[in-house]
Amino acid sequence: MTRTTATDKVAGILGPVVVIAMILIVWQWYATQSGLGADVLPSPSRVWEQGWAARADLWANAIPTLRATLIGFALSLLVGFLLSVLLDTSNIVRRSVMPVLVVTQTLPLIVIAPLMILWFGFELLPKVLLVAFVTFFPITVSLVEGYASADRDAETLLRSMGAGSARIFRSLRFPSAMPYFFAGLRIAITYAVVAAIFAEYAGASEGLGIYMQLAKNSFRTDLVLAAVAVSALLTLILFGFTYVVERLTIPWLRLYRRAQVSP
Amino acid sequence: MSAEENSIVTPRVAVNDLNQSFGELEVLRGLSLHANKGEFVTILGPSGSGKSTFFSVLTGATTPTSGDILVDGSPLSASGDHLAFMPQKDALFPWRRVLDNLTLGLEVQGVKRAQARERVRPLVPVFGLEGFEDAYPFELSGGMRQRAALLRTVVQERDVLLLDEPFGALDALTRTQMQAWLEKMWEEFRWTVLLITHDVREAVFLSDRIYVFSQRPATVVAEIDVPLPRPRTIDMVADPVFSGIEATLLKILLEGS
Repeated sequence: MTRTTATDKVAGILGPVVVIAMILIVWQWYATQSGLGADVLPSPSRVWEQGWAARADLWANAIPTLRATLIGFALSLLVGFLLSVLLDTSNIVRRSVMPVLVVTQTLPLIVIAPLMILWFGFELLPKVLLVAFVTFFPITVSLVEGYASADRDAETLLRSMGAGSARIFRSLRFPSAMPYFFAGLRIAITYAVVAAIFAEYAGASEGLGIYMQLAKNSFRTDLVLAAVAVSALLTLILFGFTYVVERLTIPWLRLYRRAQVSP
Repeated sequence: MSAEENSIVTPRVAVNDLNQSFGELEVLRGLSLHANKGEFVTILGPSGSGKSTFFSVLTGATTPTSGDILVDGSPLSASGDHLAFMPQKDALFPWRRVLDNLTLGLEVQGVKRAQARERVRPLVPVFGLEGFEDAYPFELSGGMRQRAALLRTVVQERDVLLLDEPFGALDALTRTQMQAWLEKMWEEFRWTVLLITHDVREAVFLSDRIYVFSQRPATVVAEIDVPLPRPRTIDMVADPVFSGIEATLLKILLEGS
């Protein structure tokens, strides 16, 4: 069986590399053949070249974006957790509050982002708030679903031992929710960088969002795409990081899943 | 009156005229039974007869409509700290290593984790779990998981053990092994046990006394002594006394349904 997993691992790395390489090749070919100018469709090689030349600028603007993303995401975790605890207190609270949370997710970002800037200025705060606003929902929902997944027999057992609600939450419901939480976390993190860039796009003094806007306004499409590549890279790194955190905080899950698969 | 005689007069746990209804649904009707100190008592009944409801009343998870539950003659306190419960599925927590699962009851009682471990450790080899303290529960076999679940139950040092179909999920051979093992453990520790099962042979093999429950609403339809000597062994299954009781019980169960 180890041979299969080794093959799987190679395929897992090689697969995306091959797909991305094919996309780049086709893009390169089309950009050079079509005769479109670099301001309309720059070739990937030009994006790479110009992006590399502008690496100091890109880096300087990636840092504020990353800062807004991480602080916003930390706020999102805190708010998402507190909301999940609130929703877990009773069915009535859940039924009353959940629709409001769903409505917050239907508000168009294109309206929210400028309003945030209008209310909270051009500094860090509106970006942090927008990141939290966009990402708290999957975190809250995954935690609430996770609490509900707790084994009923285990709850009866804890009660028979004399455990109260707080103990049951701490020893059973919260740990039960962890696998769900990490699934929600991965959904949330993919929105986080985009949200920060969106907030910067609506108004900022630094960051990848404002960098993209300035590059676009001066018809430097190659630099816009280079900034997009940087933001994608940030998201990928953060996404990968969730697996590291998962493995460190709930090491049992990987072993548990493996035990479920093998007979 | 000596202490020993007194313990015979006052059962360790006594249930008097217990009734339980959920709205229109009557689940328990006038249940009365008892278990003496160090006695192995089994509740045998068809599936869906309300056996588990009865246990949830005993653990305090459900408040009975009417009736008394007495432990050593005094009413069962609201905290329910006289009874230790072992659920049908082992309910071991996958995120806790075996040793940390075993200390769960003590931790809930407020014992410090290090102290709880010291109390559990000497029992680990007795329950055949030596070398698996740091394993996760899903790395154990079905039989080992049930042994761990039983150890988690007994280490709470409560007056009565409530075992809810503890071997129901095991394959037939492992189940027989576990029954023989439980009998041996009981010989050693002489717990007061209330066991729920629908396995007639398991009931006869393990019990001093058997209560047979009817279909819902559950009521006691028969109380049968098992006068087989202890320690019990597998070959007793062929004993005419054994098979006689088995046949009687099956007849009662089949007539009732």
